[in-house]
Amino acid sequence: MSRNSANGGANRSLPSRLRSRFEGPNTIGESRGFWVGFAVAVAALVVYPVFGDGSQLSLFMVLALLGLSLSVVWGYSGVLSFGQVVFFGIGAYTFGVVSINFATPGGITAAVVAGIVVGGLSAAILGYFMFYGGVRDVYVTIITLVSTIVMHTFMAQTAGSEWAIGEAALGGFNGMPDIPLLTLGIEGASYQFIYNPFPMRVVGIGAFEISPFYYLVLLLLVGTYLALRALVNSDYGRVMVAVREDEDRTEMFGYNVTRVKFVVFTLGGALAGLSGVLYAARNVYIDPTVFSLLFATLPVIWVSIGGRKSLLGAVVATLAVEYLRISMAGELALVLLGTLLLVTILVLPSGFVPWLHEQIVETRLGPGEAGGADAPDAPSEVSD
Amino acid sequence: MVNGINLALQFLDSFAFIVLAAAGLAIIFGIMGVINLAHGEFILIGAYTATLAVTQLGLPLVVAMLVGGLVTGLFGIVTERVIISGAWPNYISQRTLGRDVIEPLYDRLADSMVATFGLSLILTQGARIRFGNSIDQIATPFGAISYGAFSYSTYRIVLAGVSIGLLLATYYLFTRTDFGMRARATIQDKETAQAMGVNTDRMYMLTFGFGSALAGLTGALFAPVISMQPTLGDQFLVEAFVAVVVGGPSVVLGTALSGGVLGAILATFSNLYGTFIGRIALLVAALIALRFLPDGITGFIEQLRQRRQESD
Repeated sequence: MSRNSANGGANRSLPSRLRSRFEGPNTIGESRGFWVGFAVAVAALVVYPVFGDGSQLSLFMVLALLGLSLSVVWGYSGVLSFGQVVFFGIGAYTFGVVSINFATPGGITAAVVAGIVVGGLSAAILGYFMFYGGVRDVYVTIITLVSTIVMHTFMAQTAGSEWAIGEAALGGFNGMPDIPLLTLGIEGASYQFIYNPFPMRVVGIGAFEISPFYYLVLLLLVGTYLALRALVNSDYGRVMVAVREDEDRTEMFGYNVTRVKFVVFTLGGALAGLSGVLYAARNVYIDPTVFSLLFATLPVIWVSIGGRKSLLGAVVATLAVEYLRISMAGELALVLLGTLLLVTILVLPSGFVPWLHEQIVETRLGPGEAGGADAPDAPSEVSD
Repeated sequence: MVNGINLALQFLDSFAFIVLAAAGLAIIFGIMGVINLAHGEFILIGAYTATLAVTQLGLPLVVAMLVGGLVTGLFGIVTERVIISGAWPNYISQRTLGRDVIEPLYDRLADSMVATFGLSLILTQGARIRFGNSIDQIATPFGAISYGAFSYSTYRIVLAGVSIGLLLATYYLFTRTDFGMRARATIQDKETAQAMGVNTDRMYMLTFGFGSALAGLTGALFAPVISMQPTLGDQFLVEAFVAVVVGGPSVVLGTALSGGVLGAILATFSNLYGTFIGRIALLVAALIALRFLPDGITGFIEQLRQRRQESD
């Protein structure tokens, strides 16, 4: 694994210096093969809407951002949170409320920012309350679980007309319909991302339409993934992992464990908020099922199956599990999902992607070959 | 006066609900350190078994309820052997592959949570596939008592009595019997207990089975008063976790005290402002309690006791 980081030296080329930002012991995939595979996978996702259902995949990619937020909080900092959907839902509702009240391009752009900020802020408040209050381990998990249920109970009863913020009625179980179409920019210079298909014509394939929203989400997902890779491989990322491994020892080394957990939890909340904003924007609708117990557990399922200590695992597993869940919409879907979860956690406690990576590294013939190239291909395989 | 009776009855009802919901979980989570998210489904098994035993087999209600507890207890033992400790799959894999395939879930809190959530999905959906969206309910026994313009189901008062009885029985079992001594020794220090001749593997299995049986009995007891649907366990889950966490490390005393405190909050706020506010008040109280008493009520009591000993 560390072969590539060792072959560096002072006169490395620009790509390898750039690459080293994203590589380290905290993420899998350091070889050239991995990055080639990664580029192939991204390219596959770029052309996917030409052949498949891009609208569905864009939803899965939005949810992958939610999966990433839990991977950072749980997998890298050791805080198991059932509350990511709280910040997700708060971000979504905030986006809805602000954009309904200010349905202009500038207002909608501000609503996106507001959704992310309020998502992060609510995580900061809950995190401050918990981490600076000395709540630890499993009790953090229980508090986040209870917060989810509080939000569900609360939002479900907001059907009355007294529950409205400005012109936006919260709507109880019926949810909040008529969220304005996602438009970024300011008056005069704005672009609508939803329901604004872009006609294309390619020789040999013919005419087709692509959704700008799909590419917005793809860009955000790849950007977030790379940014988080850089984060967890930075010095701060090492401290995060140290907190996960042993809080007391990290404290003894002079790090402020409480603050690290607080900062990461806030960051995770903002990321979940972004995911929620995109979710509400894509569906032009939001309702309290995002706070339900099943939905709250889904991120934990994705991250456990993919491998909680792997950002790539979170993304791959989110796409795969959601695809399975949608395509097996029959009675047995939940039974199979439950079995998958049970078997994964019992037989592969570290998750599917790290296990696959280990197999590849073990069977690798020569140095520098293959290096996890199969792993980044998985999303395109799954979504086909 | 009538309002006072209303409040008292509501308190008894909330108390019984919280204590019964938490009883099984308190043992599995509080003693064994396994977060059982399938707790609600264990309750579901008890409720369905009792109901079907009455409607299909024609058993008397009390017998059917005991059968419900027993079946859930056996199911709990199978769960423990197959999933939590992995003893049976490992036995097979030792013979065929020559190694263990499953690492026990004890002291792996997050993993136990994820695994039992998987189990809970399977059980809920399995119940839905096998029995449909609801099954016939059994009638509430004992009728009602009336006072003033109000009447109240006698059965719900009986439930409060049963919940106290169960607490006492559990307390007796764990503190006064040989089994309880061995179980506590196993949980406190596995190696030493083993060295003293306790079959710790068996103790884990039986304690888990007992916790499951309590959950099943809860389901059976509530079978006549809640609607029989595959998701019926969910309504117990929140109160159960809240009560166990607020109660703290001492299982029986903790459950009783948190049942009392949380029951009072739930009953008062429900009585004054409706059930929705009551539920929110319960959850907020739990959040505040966790913030200021991270080790729960009994942890706090223990702290006070130690402080007094130190100052003496």
